[in-house]
Amino acid sequence: MNQVRADVVIIGSGAGGGTIAQALAPLTADGRKVLVLEQGARLRDDEFTGTEVDMARALYQDSGGFLTEQGTLTLAFGRTYGGSTAVYTGTSLNAPERVIRGWDVPGLDYDDVAGRCRKYAEQNHVHLLPDDEINDNNRLFELGCQRIGLEAEQFPVNVNGCRGSSLCNLGCPNAAKMGTDRVQLPAAEAAGVEVVTRAEALRIEDHAVIVRVSRPLDGEKGLPSSWEPGEYRIEARAVIVAGGAVGSPALLLRSGFDRLLPRLGEGFTCHPAFILVGEHEERITNDVGHPKSFYLDRAQEEGFVLETCMYFPFITAKNLTGFGPDHSVLMKAFPRLQMILVLACDRAVPGNRISVSGKGATRVHYEFTPEVRSSLARATITAARIFFAAGAVRVHAPLASPPLLTRGQADQLEQRIRVEEFLPGRTSVSAAHLMGGCAMGRTAEDSVTDAWGRVHGVPWLRIGDSSLFPDSLEINPYLTIMALADRTAEALLADSSALFDS
Amino acid sequence: MSVSLVVVRAQFRALCVAFVPESAELNEPGWRELESEVEQALADRPPAIQKQIALLIRILDLLARARHGSALAALPPASRRELLTRLQDSRWLLLRRGVWGLRTLAFLGYYSRPDTAASIGYRADARGWEARR
Repeated sequence: MNQVRADVVIIGSGAGGGTIAQALAPLTADGRKVLVLEQGARLRDDEFTGTEVDMARALYQDSGGFLTEQGTLTLAFGRTYGGSTAVYTGTSLNAPERVIRGWDVPGLDYDDVAGRCRKYAEQNHVHLLPDDEINDNNRLFELGCQRIGLEAEQFPVNVNGCRGSSLCNLGCPNAAKMGTDRVQLPAAEAAGVEVVTRAEALRIEDHAVIVRVSRPLDGEKGLPSSWEPGEYRIEARAVIVAGGAVGSPALLLRSGFDRLLPRLGEGFTCHPAFILVGEHEERITNDVGHPKSFYLDRAQEEGFVLETCMYFPFITAKNLTGFGPDHSVLMKAFPRLQMILVLACDRAVPGNRISVSGKGATRVHYEFTPEVRSSLARATITAARIFFAAGAVRVHAPLASPPLLTRGQADQLEQRIRVEEFLPGRTSVSAAHLMGGCAMGRTAEDSVTDAWGRVHGVPWLRIGDSSLFPDSLEINPYLTIMALADRTAEALLADSSALFDS
Repeated sequence: MSVSLVVVRAQFRALCVAFVPESAELNEPGWRELESEVEQALADRPPAIQKQIALLIRILDLLARARHGSALAALPPASRRELLTRLQDSRWLLLRRGVWGLRTLAFLGYYSRPDTAASIGYRADARGWEARR
């Protein structure tokens, strides 16, 4: 096995790992070696083609369809240079004060988190798109909300030079999305941090990481790793795990840390979601322009959030309920479709967790609680009202039976859309806001780390990603991940004497 | 197609037609294109998944024979859809998951084809607004 020495190893290059890489880059000026390990590949700019299946295969774990153990929920998370920041829509919201205070983590101050969110919003060029860049799909959502007395809010987004390809979730083909792949990682590399792609962390040992570097498969997108393929043992003075809410707990479980940390892997939440479509009589602009410009936050009142969205043919087909002629008719109406994503604000509950199999395979266990089902049903009713208010003639609602509702049924939504129609395994549900598994808290009895990402009882091991969330964030998580990762980096720098000089 | 699925090709195509009626109009190169996408997707998954899918298709074929007295591929598409709808609404999670998985593969194969995208009017372009104005 190849042997490498480093001062700090960061596992993961997404919102967490990328942020930490940049924040720790000044260490390299003192001769410290900082390594970032990314399981996925680094793509050339010309490889971002916007072709649905090819890009999903190149940028996501399991092509964006990682299936839970129950087989009733698919999870989408990035596996590429920049992690999920390369494939999200760039929506950038500050952490909600109510939620951060509700987490009740000693030492986690809301004002501190908010300040760091603002810092990264500025760094990532977060702003509101001008009116003339908003497409019909988004305008109709705002209009529908307005007509039923609800106030849609505009998403601040982290784009710079957006041409409106609508292909954000397939990696921006115009390099306009300011994820860690475009901002923090290049800055870190310019300062001397080394990023190694196609490098899968297999397990963590005492002050060491065991890594497998792979070669590209035939025809696979992406550059080869800068390291030769093979297994490596990297000795490090500090290890920061930032592999996301699925990857981080799984890696620590695979490494046996559950013996010290009984809460490891627990508390997984994900904002389970599905899409509704509304069919209009006339063609609208939907597959051009930024796809996610507005949202409706009903988290506190009703436990859900609605967001505009526009997906690609396969993902749209998969997310509509049913099949056959009715399904086909709707797909053929693509240029006239308005789309809304319905997200439930789930809670950390016993049983929803990450585990690993005897062979080390990652498993996600997730059951839909009655509260989540009710939230999805209420959200579906509200979304259907918005569609009809915006002028849709038909609405496809997964919790209606049959799922197609006509305008004449617009006053019967409460009767037609029923929570009883939520049938796991039939209703297509997916999630992309993956949180928890290495929660912050007080002691190893109730959590995995303290408020600064320090793993209880293991001073050289830190966490810096969404797995730190003790419960659901109830809003798009990226800026909050960056804020928490920034804290993890700051704590490591504060502890650097103890870590590096021992 | 992969080794496991090649032996159930006729049944798989019959299922695709039930899920996406337009796929009945595909010519042989079109079917090969669809199957190639499915094959590639399955290649990324554990080998056991391929076997499970082939097994599920065989079970559906047996159910068709038992219920309708005809092989799955020989059933009229409407009868195939009726059988699949019944299973999709089943009280057994395993059956619901099975139908969901098969429909996902059929949609993947059919809707990821560039011809299909064009036929449904999907026009996303890397040039964005510039390509429309």
